[in-house]
Amino acid sequence: MTWILANLGLIGDLMLVHLRLSLIPVVVSILVAVPLGRLAHRVGWLRGGVLSVVGLLYTIPSLALITLLPPLLGTPVLSDVNVLVALGLYGVALLTRSVADAFDAVDADVVRSAMAVGYTPLRRFWTVELPLAVPVIVAGTRVVAVSTVSLVTVGALVGSRNLGSLFTDGLQRGIVPEIVAGIVATVVLALVLDLVIAAVGRALTPWARVSGTSGAARRASRRRAHRAEVPGTAAEDAVTGGGAA
Amino acid sequence: MIEFEGVRKTYPDGTTAVDGIDLTIPAREITVLVGSSGCGKTTLLRMVNRMIDPTAGTVSIDGEDVGSLDPVRLRRRIGYVMQNGGLLPHRSVLDNITTVLRLNRVPRAQARARGLELMDTVSLDRGLASRYPAQLSGGQQQRVGVARGLASDPNILLMDEPFGAVDPIVRAELQRELLRVHRELAKTIVFVTHDIDEAFLLGDRVVILRTGGVIAQQGTPAEILAHPADDFVAGFIGADSGQRRLRVVERDGARIVVDRHDRPVGLLDADTPAHSDRR
Ligand SMILES: Nc1ncnc2c1ncn2[C@@H]1O[C@H](COP(=O)(O)OP(=O)(O)OP(=O)(O)O)[C@@H](O)[C@H]1O
Ligand SMILES: [Mg+2]
Repeated sequence: MTWILANLGLIGDLMLVHLRLSLIPVVVSILVAVPLGRLAHRVGWLRGGVLSVVGLLYTIPSLALITLLPPLLGTPVLSDVNVLVALGLYGVALLTRSVADAFDAVDADVVRSAMAVGYTPLRRFWTVELPLAVPVIVAGTRVVAVSTVSLVTVGALVGSRNLGSLFTDGLQRGIVPEIVAGIVATVVLALVLDLVIAAVGRALTPWARVSGTSGAARRASRRRAHRAEVPGTAAEDAVTGGGAA
Repeated sequence: MIEFEGVRKTYPDGTTAVDGIDLTIPAREITVLVGSSGCGKTTLLRMVNRMIDPTAGTVSIDGEDVGSLDPVRLRRRIGYVMQNGGLLPHRSVLDNITTVLRLNRVPRAQARARGLELMDTVSLDRGLASRYPAQLSGGQQQRVGVARGLASDPNILLMDEPFGAVDPIVRAELQRELLRVHRELAKTIVFVTHDIDEAFLLGDRVVILRTGGVIAQQGTPAEILAHPADDFVAGFIGADSGQRRLRVVERDGARIVVDRHDRPVGLLDADTPAHSDRR
């Protein structure tokens, strides 16, 4: 406990660094996975290929990938770029399928009716298909975010400075509170990020909060959904999401 | 006027949905395409606004081959009403109604005003304007669909089983409203249904299709009832089973119309002689 109090500044500092290392790959994977997933959704014969390739990506162990990247990219061994690229790849691997599913889930009748009233294909994509795909894309992004926060810690093994450094340093020097602080801070960060993304998703989809059912049923189901997502799920994901490590 | 000349549609999988149809749909009337499921009604309808292009033959509007027109521009000047409304679930009722106007770059305020007027036209409470489609009943959603179809004041309105998903009472109400709107606006309406009663009720002309996408018979409802072209048509309109045979009987001093099971279906007007006009 005294170690933690004495090092609050360090923990806060590492949390910010960790957040940055997590956010960049998440954002990049959204930017890459949306067009890729859309392509898989649109072009039937590409779908299988694209989804298997990204699926395979995820099976590469993260430590191996991070150490393989410097010779491939010509980056310094200790550079954070390696971590960012590796996590970006995992993010794409996870999110592409969600995006393809998200577009599959958009009601074909709605798309057809947009066509019938005279939307151009481009406008239909931006103003009809993409917004309606948001809920599923957001669900996928939450998984990616939580998994990324957890995977960033692996970078500490190859010299990246983040919350994972608290585990490595704590282990080396035998400071248990330091290890605990690292774990707790990582879980908290994953939880907060998960909640923020969920909130952004809700803000982007105001129509999804209404439904044909009565007000009472609607409120009850919202309470249920809320209960289900608050305790534990994100933290569990943070632990299990590191499966690739 | 919409003309189909030798129109055929074969889908990539080899299904021939429409097989060599010649059909003239007169302007400002309601033409109903009727037939059982899978006989090519939707395919035929969608060839008018180029959501589907024919494999052979031409579809023309007022003498202009639609194949030569830009599909997006064409669709913006033809109203289309889908089964279950096909409304955009993420847009408010008013936004749904005014989409075509906004696509045609009508200024927002003007589009809004027109959208609210259209809500009156289809008897929708203006208070529903800011709701999402999911917050409406099925019947209300259908009205929004009709209002959206009318938004750009198109000459042509295509309606694909628009009242298929609502209960019989709401359906009857929507049918009455459609006839009223048609009297007021006199659009060329092409209406698809598989319900022959609906076809006879709404259609100035009725086109009966049979499986494989060919026309079994076309004409006014009276013509078809009086002279079914063949056994298929007679069966389809229920003439052969006697379902359409009504008789007048005298009961308690009134002349009552009964069906073949002697069930009363109506009362014969005492002082009007047989009158042929349906409306
Ligand atoms: N995209 C498609 N690919 C292959 N076959 C199709 C396609 N769309 C329709 N069909 C087939 O073409 C035929 C006519 O279909 P269509 O949708 O025009 O029928 P419909 O008369 O509107 O039927 P319903 O009353 O059930 O709506 C059917 O046999 C259908 O299976
Ligand atoms: Mg159909």
